[in-house]
Amino acid sequence: MSRTAWIVFVAAGLALAAFPASGSTFYVALLTKTMILAIFAMSLDLLVGCTGLVSLGHAAFFALAGYGLALLQPKYDPASILLTLPAALAACAAFAAITGWLVLRTRGVYFIMVTLAFAQMVYFVFHDTDLGGGSDGIYVNNKPLVAAGGVKLVDLDDPVQFYYLMLALMGGCYLLLRRVLASNFGHALAGIRVNEHRMRAIGFPVAHYQLGVYVLAGTIAGLAGYFAALQFGFVNPEIASWHQSGAVLMMVILGGMGTLHGAIVGAFVFVLLEDAFKNPALFGAFSKHWQLMLGGLVVAVAIFLPRGLVGLATPRGPRARPEASADGAGGAGEVRGNGPASDAPASHGAGVQGSEH
Amino acid sequence: MTEPTLRRRRIVTAGGALVACTAFQAPIVRAQPAKLRVGMMLPSTGTYSPLGAAITNGFRMAIDELGGKVGGREVEYFTVDDESNPAKGPENASRLVQRDKVDVLVGTVHSGVALGMAKVARESNTLLLIPNAGADDITGPMCSPGIYRTSFSNWQPSYAAGAVAAQKKHKTAVWISWKYAAGEEAGRGFKEGFEKGGGKIVKELWLPFPREEFQALLSEIASLKPDAVGCFFAGAGAAKFIKDYAGAGLKEKIPLYSAGFLTDGVLQAVKAEAQGLLTTLHYADSLPIRRDEDFRRKYAVTFKLQPDVYAVQGYDAGLLLGQAMTAVRGDVSNKAGIAKALEGTVVDSPRGKWTMSKAHNPVQDIYLREVVGEQNKYVSVAMKQLADPARGCKA
Amino acid sequence: MDLAASLLIQLLNGVQYGLLLFLVASGLTLIFGIMGIINLAHGSFYMVGAYLAWSLASATGSLAAAIAIGIPLSIALGLALEWLLIRHFYQRDHLYQVLLTYGLILVFEELRSMIWGDDVQGVKVPELFAHAIPLTDTLSYPVWRLVMSGACLAVAAAMYLLIQRTRLGMTIRAGAHSRELVETLGINVRLLFQLVFALGVALAAFAGMLAAPVSSVYPNMGGQVLIVCFVVVVIGGIGSIRGALIASLLVGLVDTFGQVFAPQVAGMLVYLLMAVVLILRPEGLFRRA
Repeated sequence: MSRTAWIVFVAAGLALAAFPASGSTFYVALLTKTMILAIFAMSLDLLVGCTGLVSLGHAAFFALAGYGLALLQPKYDPASILLTLPAALAACAAFAAITGWLVLRTRGVYFIMVTLAFAQMVYFVFHDTDLGGGSDGIYVNNKPLVAAGGVKLVDLDDPVQFYYLMLALMGGCYLLLRRVLASNFGHALAGIRVNEHRMRAIGFPVAHYQLGVYVLAGTIAGLAGYFAALQFGFVNPEIASWHQSGAVLMMVILGGMGTLHGAIVGAFVFVLLEDAFKNPALFGAFSKHWQLMLGGLVVAVAIFLPRGLVGLATPRGPRARPEASADGAGGAGEVRGNGPASDAPASHGAGVQGSEH
Repeated sequence: MTEPTLRRRRIVTAGGALVACTAFQAPIVRAQPAKLRVGMMLPSTGTYSPLGAAITNGFRMAIDELGGKVGGREVEYFTVDDESNPAKGPENASRLVQRDKVDVLVGTVHSGVALGMAKVARESNTLLLIPNAGADDITGPMCSPGIYRTSFSNWQPSYAAGAVAAQKKHKTAVWISWKYAAGEEAGRGFKEGFEKGGGKIVKELWLPFPREEFQALLSEIASLKPDAVGCFFAGAGAAKFIKDYAGAGLKEKIPLYSAGFLTDGVLQAVKAEAQGLLTTLHYADSLPIRRDEDFRRKYAVTFKLQPDVYAVQGYDAGLLLGQAMTAVRGDVSNKAGIAKALEGTVVDSPRGKWTMSKAHNPVQDIYLREVVGEQNKYVSVAMKQLADPARGCKA
Repeated sequence: MDLAASLLIQLLNGVQYGLLLFLVASGLTLIFGIMGIINLAHGSFYMVGAYLAWSLASATGSLAAAIAIGIPLSIALGLALEWLLIRHFYQRDHLYQVLLTYGLILVFEELRSMIWGDDVQGVKVPELFAHAIPLTDTLSYPVWRLVMSGACLAVAAAMYLLIQRTRLGMTIRAGAHSRELVETLGINVRLLFQLVFALGVALAAFAGMLAAPVSSVYPNMGGQVLIVCFVVVVIGGIGSIRGALIASLLVGLVDTFGQVFAPQVAGMLVYLLMAVVLILRPEGLFRRA
């Protein structure tokens, strides 16, 4: 990343750290929600942007962890976070491992649909069966105890402390994922994204790498889902719906795929703009039509910003990384339409992908 | 960011006011009392937005009739679109309470959202007036001194429907509805009313919400051959159910009874199939009540629309706020005083006079209505002054 | 007797639902298979069709007239949309198509709200078909639903003839297989894509018009149809009309009977079906080879 980019990010980080001093409780809560969504978006970017696996079912993990918290918490007293969080994360990892093994047998748009299928199954389990309060959802009445050795570390009921915890988690996630991407594992993923067959030919156990990243992404999504349920104090099946999966995918694409910080930017822009559009103080009576404004913005970004919002910052030139436009749907593993497999992005040929063979 | 600007503006205004006060010495300057900030949290997008609009219209009409002031304070409105999304309920309510610093919350249509609003209202000790959401719990186990409802509990209209079915000498009935809180609470009400009148529910049929494929269950009803069918549906699903019920040939054979939401707001879509349907609700078209005739005339002229039960509920919420604020002279923080004034008070509503119960739900007449043309015409009073049992409310 | 009658009704409903899905899914599979465009806004076209049916039928007093006017309007809408927006996305990554069409969903919903309002509306079944066939002493089956199935079958037959027996159909099949090859042959692929997109939109809108008397006309009605149609397209195999027909009937029957016999799992049955199909045949039932 260039020096200016670094400066921008450090400045943004400092601004975020200083924000609670403004005293606006509502916006502290909104930014907390945004940071949780940023973690969710980063986990999806790991799949979409970094590995070329486009999942439209990522909300399944988000929901599983949230429901895990809601179902595991005892009725009256708060449980320790050391119990409920690992349990929720373990559930997500297990679900990711099992479904990932099945899902990774498909490619391209079929992969998208199978991930959607599993998310819909999670949705219907919570919506139609008696497992979780049905369409009315469950309330999370007590926030878990964050304590070690009897000493309360963080008071989750205090919105400011919760804010800082999420800020730390978001930063920590980002740094962790950056390390992962810079490691051998990450480089292998990049190779798989560009040309899966070649990686296999060299001898990489591609399926293992894909499953590994799928489980990692699912677990981090679960982390986000856990804290989201905690913040709202409520879970309902809609958090597993394809609308939720679609929204987080939007954030990733909007921000710019494959960069991780793009996911963070996308999350912030999406949430804050939606809030701004709905605000009658800013848009008067037209705020009723916020869907039109938000939709119009998304359409405009799709047309005019082919590399998402962070693409505005990175200059067009000889591309440092084979961007491959993160050719998710036609991406990793696809025999490129009608030509020899090549590692350069070549023609997007997305129009030809119709044959999907 | 509006927040710091608002704060800065207030500090400047306060400072200026202080200076102004010290400048004026002898004449007793009555400082204008602060405006009462009312936060309206209602749907303005999606299927429920016409209901949100009707409630807002009714509420504003009531406040305008009071001169735009309650308890001597001018009313200032703030709005938030709740999108009928329960997951965003607490967040949207916080928008009004924390960002816009409202003194009173008014809303909403969807019960799931209302429960979230109630949570925020309780935590921030904000007065909450609910002009629709019928979740029994709100005036049941979750009842609270600062929360009032001017509409109904899900139990009420359906209890009356069950009672009417029993009065008509039906002995057996099948119940069908969506499996969610509103449907289950309505089912409980219908069952109690029906069984109290000597009937028996032979089977309960549940569909996942908001499924609209009724055919399978309609076939089952046909094979069970009960004397009557009780149901609860609302919105587009209600329209479909009415169509399918008639389309399957059941309408002439097995009479259908339901809370009025089956036919409210959907008659333009199912006019032919709905003719003659009997429903029970705390409001009807062509009520023989003078207050209602005046209300309907004024509403139609002001908004170029016919009012419905939602407009009346919104109107009553406005009346209630007026009564409350007058009693405590504008001191909205005096919750005890408000409770004392409102509990047991009689509201002279277009729907007829009703009383606020101790659990803060209306004790009201439930009317029997019949679909004639595109109206739910008043037939008779099905139950006089029906009170929700408020089970679990430790008022 | 009653049991047989109700099973028959279930069967008829399952087939009718499936055929309606076919109408919408065939448009989706054409657009996806031939143009390579993932169109999340396809459900919005279904909704537009239904609302057009309502407003035109209210204005003219006849559903038939509404359909006669509505179809050309939908074709015009499709052409306009293709020209304005879609054509910029042929070479773009699928994900940007997803982003574009997701934005379009929001825009269409809001425009619909501004133009037609948010109330639930109804469309009357034409007089000719407004009765029901009695099956038992308590059950009968509405004639309009049979008409719907009939119309869908007619469209399916017409599409078969078009795709298999005409030059245009040949071009479509070739274009789906390899756009570049077709271009080198001098065929105007742009025009082809415009026609295919307009056809897709018209099919979805027609389905909405047919369904309007049965399901009523209300906000967000496209969302539920959309997701099931994607499932149908994937099960059938992208680009395959035959696949779309088989898959929609399969989905229609599984969903309908599922709701009868296993209501608690009925919702996820369709997705389970898709997952199973894809795991066994990773490119759908009728891969276009």
